[in-house]
Amino acid sequence: MEIKKGIAVSPGISIAKSMVIDSEDYRIPYRAIEPGQRTNEIRRLRKAFSDAIDELTQLEETHKNKGSQIKDIFAVHQRFLHDRSLQKKIADTIRTELVTAEYAISNTFREIASHFADEKDAYISERAADIYDIARRVLKQLLGKKREEIGQLKEEVIIVARELSPIQTASFDKKFVKGITSDAGGRTSHAAIVARSLGIPAVVALEDFSTIVNEDDSVIVDGNRGIVIVNPDEKTIREYQEYREDFNQLGHKLNTLREKPAVTRDGANITLLGNIEFPGEAQTVLEKGGDGIGLYRTEFLYLNKTTEPTEEEHYEAYSQTIKAMQNKPVVIRTLDLGADKYTQSKRFVREPNPFLGLRSIRFCLQNIMMFKTQLRAILRASVLGNVKIMFPLITNQQELMQAKMILHDVMEDLSEEHIDYNRNMPVGIMVETPSAALTAFSLAKEVSFFSIGTNDLTQYTLAVDRSNELVSTLYSTADPAVLRLIRTVVQDAHKAQIDLSICGEVASEPEYIMLLLGMGVRTFSLASPMIPEIKQIIRSVTMTDCNKVARKILSMNSERHITSYLRNAARKILPEAF
Amino acid sequence: MRPAMQFVDISNRFDSKITVTNGKTSVDGKSIMQMSMLAATCGTKLKIRAEGADAENAAAALQELVENRHFDEPLP
Repeated sequence: MEIKKGIAVSPGISIAKSMVIDSEDYRIPYRAIEPGQRTNEIRRLRKAFSDAIDELTQLEETHKNKGSQIKDIFAVHQRFLHDRSLQKKIADTIRTELVTAEYAISNTFREIASHFADEKDAYISERAADIYDIARRVLKQLLGKKREEIGQLKEEVIIVARELSPIQTASFDKKFVKGITSDAGGRTSHAAIVARSLGIPAVVALEDFSTIVNEDDSVIVDGNRGIVIVNPDEKTIREYQEYREDFNQLGHKLNTLREKPAVTRDGANITLLGNIEFPGEAQTVLEKGGDGIGLYRTEFLYLNKTTEPTEEEHYEAYSQTIKAMQNKPVVIRTLDLGADKYTQSKRFVREPNPFLGLRSIRFCLQNIMMFKTQLRAILRASVLGNVKIMFPLITNQQELMQAKMILHDVMEDLSEEHIDYNRNMPVGIMVETPSAALTAFSLAKEVSFFSIGTNDLTQYTLAVDRSNELVSTLYSTADPAVLRLIRTVVQDAHKAQIDLSICGEVASEPEYIMLLLGMGVRTFSLASPMIPEIKQIIRSVTMTDCNKVARKILSMNSERHITSYLRNAARKILPEAF
Repeated sequence: MRPAMQFVDISNRFDSKITVTNGKTSVDGKSIMQMSMLAATCGTKLKIRAEGADAENAAAALQELVENRHFDEPLP
C-alpha cells in the first residue's frame, strides 16, 4: 500500500483497477509483468516495430522530394527498425526481466544511447538523440494503441497517467472511467477540467505516482481530499467504501435542497451560479439548483482540436448553452488561455515567465482576428437569452477600453451585415490582478459587473505559483493581503452600484462562505456539484453572524489564525462537510 | 550513422556471417545497432571476418567500401 497526496480537482471517491497510460515523451517507468504475459508482450513488441516500419515507409514516401539529409535520417531509422538483433535484445529483456514491452524498448534504447553519450567524439555522442528518436517512433505505436483502447473499455478503471492530452481525454467514457490521476497539472489543467465536467473524481500534481502504479493495480482516488492510494489493504478499502457511501448519501440529502431558495435565516437573498466549460454542463447547473451560469469558460473550444475554432463552432456551443438555461443569466468569459502549452506551443522561444507573459486578454488583444471571431459568435448568440460578456485578466483601464473598442467594432460589422445582436449586452471584467483590485473604483465606471477571480488574485498578490510544490503552502486566499483586496473590490462595486460576484475556488469552499457573505458578497459562481452544499450553509447562517465573522477576520493579521477561525466557524454550521 | 548504414547494407547482401572487431569487442556486421555501438571513428582499426559460402565476395565488397571508397560515394 502506498499513499500519495496531490491536488483534488474533481470531487468523489472511486475504487477500481488501474489503467496506466505512459507517454513517449517521458521516461517510461519500470513495470513488471506476470510470466504468463510474456508471449503477449513480445507480440506487442513485434507489432510495434512492424507498425513503425509501415509508418516510416509512408513518411519516406511523402518526403521523397526533400533534401538528402532528411532521407538519410529516415534510412537510418529504417535500418534500426529492421535490425533483428535489436528486436531480439528487447524480447530477451521482456523474457528474462519480466517487464512490459514499453519499458523493455525504452530501456534498451536508452542503453544504446548511453553508449553514444559516453563517447568523447562529438559526432558520435550526438547520435544519442537519433537513437531516442527511433525509440519514440516505436513507443508511439504501442502507446497509441493503448489510447485507442480507452475508447473501448468494458470494465471500470482508474486512469493513471503522467499527463493527459485533450485528445486522450476526449474519448473517456464516464461509464467505465471511474477516476483520473495525473502526475502533472493543476486545477486548471485539461485533465482537471474534463474530470469536473464529466463528474469523475480526480487528483492531479502527484509527482511520480504513475511510475509507482502497475497495470491492474487496485487504486483509490479520493477527489475530495486529494489523496490516492495504490494497492490498499483490506481495512483501507473498507474505510473508503464506507466513506464513499456517506459521501453519496450526503449528496442525495443535499439534492433535496434544489427547489429551495438560497436565503439566510434572517432573509438575505443570495444568488448561486454555476461555473461550466462545456455546453452539456448547463443541464447539471439546473439540476443542482443553480440560478444561472456565472462563468462559462471558453478555453475548451480551443483546446480540443489542433486548429482554431470557427465562428460557427463558437456559436454552436454558446447557443446550446444559452438555450438550455432559458433566460437565466449566462456570463461568457472570453478566451483565457496562456501560461500553458497552448500559447507556448505557438512561440519559437518560450516565455521565461509565462504567468507574467502574453496570456489571456493580452493574448487576445495581440491576436485580434481570433478575438473578433469569438466576439462575433458571442454577440450573435446574445439574442438567444440573458447573455453577458466578461473579459479576463484586465490589469488596467487601457486594456479594458481596447477590448471594449474591439467589441464595438464587431458590433458595427454585424449591424452593417444586418445580423441581429443585443446592443445592450452587459460587459464585465474579472478582477484577478492586484492592479485591477486597487483601481476597481475607476474600472467600475466602465463596466456593468465585476467577478472576482480569487485563484489568480491570490497567486499574483502573494507571488506564489500554487502548482510549484516548493512554495504551494504559501498559497492561501485567507491571507490578510488577499482579503483586503477582495474587500476593496466589493466596496467599490457597491459604491458604483454594479453587480459583483465571486467565481474563484473559494466560492465552493464551505469555510469561506460566512466570511464572504459578511464582506458583502451576494453572488457566488462555483462548480455546480458544490451548489447544494453551499446552499445548505447559506440557509443555516444569519447575516448578523456573518458580519461578526467578517469583522473579526479583517482585524486579524495571520493567515493561520484566519484559516483556523474560519474552519471552526463553518464546522458549527455543517459538521458533516468537514 | 551513414557509414554504419552503408556497411550493414552491404553485409546484408551476403549469406555469410560477418563479424567486426575493434580489438576489444566483436559485433555482428549485419546489425546497425551493434555496428553503430562499435563507435568506430576515423583512424580506428577494424578487423572484418566473413564466414560462409560467399565469404570471399562479402569480404571483397566490404573492403571496397572501407578501403577504396572510404564510405564517401553513394551506394551503387
